[in-house]
Amino acid sequence: MAGMTHVLDPDALSAGAPLRPEPPAPFSDVTRSDAALRAFLHGLPGVDQVGAEARVGVLATRSIKTTAKAWAIDTAISMVDLTTLEGADTPGKVRSLAAKAKQPDPTDPSCPQVAAVCVYGDLAGVARKALEGTGIHTAAVATAFPSGRASRAVKLADVRDAVAGGADEIDMVIDRGAFLAGRYLDVYDEIVAVKETCGDAHLKVILETGELVTLDNVRRASCLAMLAGGDFIKTSTGKISPAATLPVCLVMMEAVRDFRAATGRQVGVKPAGGIRTTKDAIRHLVLVNEVAGPDWLSPERFRFGASGLLNDLLLQRQKLHSGHYSGPDHVSVD
Amino acid sequence: MSERLSVRKTYKLYVNGAFPRSESGRTYEVTDARGSFLANVARASRKDARDAVVAARAAFPKWSGATAYNRGQVLYRVAEVMEGRSAQFCEEVAALEGLSTSKARAAVDAAVDRWVWYAGWTDKLAAVLGGVNPVAGPYVDFSLPEPTGVVAVLAPQRSSLLGLVSVLAPVLAGGNTAVVVTSRNRPLPAVTLGEVLATSDVPGGVANLLTGDAGEIGPWLAEHDDVDAVDLTGAPAGQAMELERLAAGSVKRVLRPPAEEPDWTADPGLSRLTPFLETKTVWHPIGL
Repeated sequence: MAGMTHVLDPDALSAGAPLRPEPPAPFSDVTRSDAALRAFLHGLPGVDQVGAEARVGVLATRSIKTTAKAWAIDTAISMVDLTTLEGADTPGKVRSLAAKAKQPDPTDPSCPQVAAVCVYGDLAGVARKALEGTGIHTAAVATAFPSGRASRAVKLADVRDAVAGGADEIDMVIDRGAFLAGRYLDVYDEIVAVKETCGDAHLKVILETGELVTLDNVRRASCLAMLAGGDFIKTSTGKISPAATLPVCLVMMEAVRDFRAATGRQVGVKPAGGIRTTKDAIRHLVLVNEVAGPDWLSPERFRFGASGLLNDLLLQRQKLHSGHYSGPDHVSVD
Repeated sequence: MSERLSVRKTYKLYVNGAFPRSESGRTYEVTDARGSFLANVARASRKDARDAVVAARAAFPKWSGATAYNRGQVLYRVAEVMEGRSAQFCEEVAALEGLSTSKARAAVDAAVDRWVWYAGWTDKLAAVLGGVNPVAGPYVDFSLPEPTGVVAVLAPQRSSLLGLVSVLAPVLAGGNTAVVVTSRNRPLPAVTLGEVLATSDVPGGVANLLTGDAGEIGPWLAEHDDVDAVDLTGAPAGQAMELERLAAGSVKRVLRPPAEEPDWTADPGLSRLTPFLETKTVWHPIGL
């Protein structure tokens, strides 16, 4: 009977159809054709947008104080992907960012390191060299970031270049045009190809949720990225507003939780862009704990993509330790 | 027809050009000099003070970078709007300070005049306080006053409008931005002044007015690393020394309180302008 479905899917019989690796069980057959994948993604349970907003609204009122707050701040610092993605980036700026990553608060050696430094691919080598021996990862954005509008050959070359430069984490963008047009298998194949090109490097798949319009699409894109082998799913490039919002993060946390329950593979989540204050960061941590569970409360499974957030975390940390408010003169500018 | 019920007011804070409630949700009752209810006002907490400092810091580059002439025009416009609200100010000052209508009227007029007087000072400070210094060397050497930064002001407790204007206007005229803790028991003219500032041309965040207890918020402002100066005029009796000690941790400018609240109608001269101005001196080589 297994052959029956293949006969009904003309795509599967077309000559020259690429042999693609199967997603993990029990989803191994959903990528056999574009139609099958579409049927699977559209068959996912719908997301109740009002319910999601209400749920994050309730969780956002959690009061995290004193020792719990101190723990949350240190945990959040250790989860930061310190990011600079500007056209004006220079090797010098990346080196100073790396120095900050190693010692976020020079006045307090007990302050934890951040998780990674995230740069454009051509600066990955500079970042890698500056971070040698620290255990801090070098992340590079690739695949024609941030738009993703380039041929697959160019995108894969971009990834190869970043990996060769020393990046051990690759942040790729999905083809939102193809996704919104319903060409899910194209998106899938591209993620698979990028994952293969990454080799040992971790792959974070940027969904750019600000362009996906609905939470249902966020859920579908999350699922697609996980099926294709992404190690992390990431909300945004940070170049589009709205970027990371709590309801989007909630949907993605539910997706990774359900995916682990079904396949046993644990995928991480990285909200990026728009998280600027300690309060925002703590709200995300509450969401992680309540929705996905404490297994995700580590830099291996949860990251913040941010540049300004770290300074606010440091100011709050200084306030907790000194008992009085600190000011922006007491942290570095970038 | 039944008698009309008057609308009971619950006033809010003035922070960053908007009127938020206190983060703490607290309010307290304000009564007139005889003890009858006037209005509810927000009781600011330390977090409101923190937010106000963030707003004042963000507003500082633009306000201090404006030309002195422009700052004078903006402040003069405030006086115009105050004049238009003088009836409301009179009523509040009379009720809170227990003054006759004519005395309240005189206090409000003096406050508006004081504001105009300080507005006139903005473009004269550099000429009076700065200048070219004769030096024994091949240099053009000149000094000019620059604003200190974010100034926390504990406003006088007794003089609700003239006192408030006398401490706030000089801070703004020099190009500083201000976080003011108003008189605790007589805050209504400050609330109205907030409405005046919001409807004149003063950019949001330049002046922030927190109604509440200077004894509660004062220490947080005095110790705040991002506040550059603190005016202790309205500090509770006996607390000034402690506030000055807290301010020393971040090397703030401190304006000590007078032994008792002064007669605000007296000519203040430059005594309240200079404490919040720094002197920058430039040595420019010539003939080399």
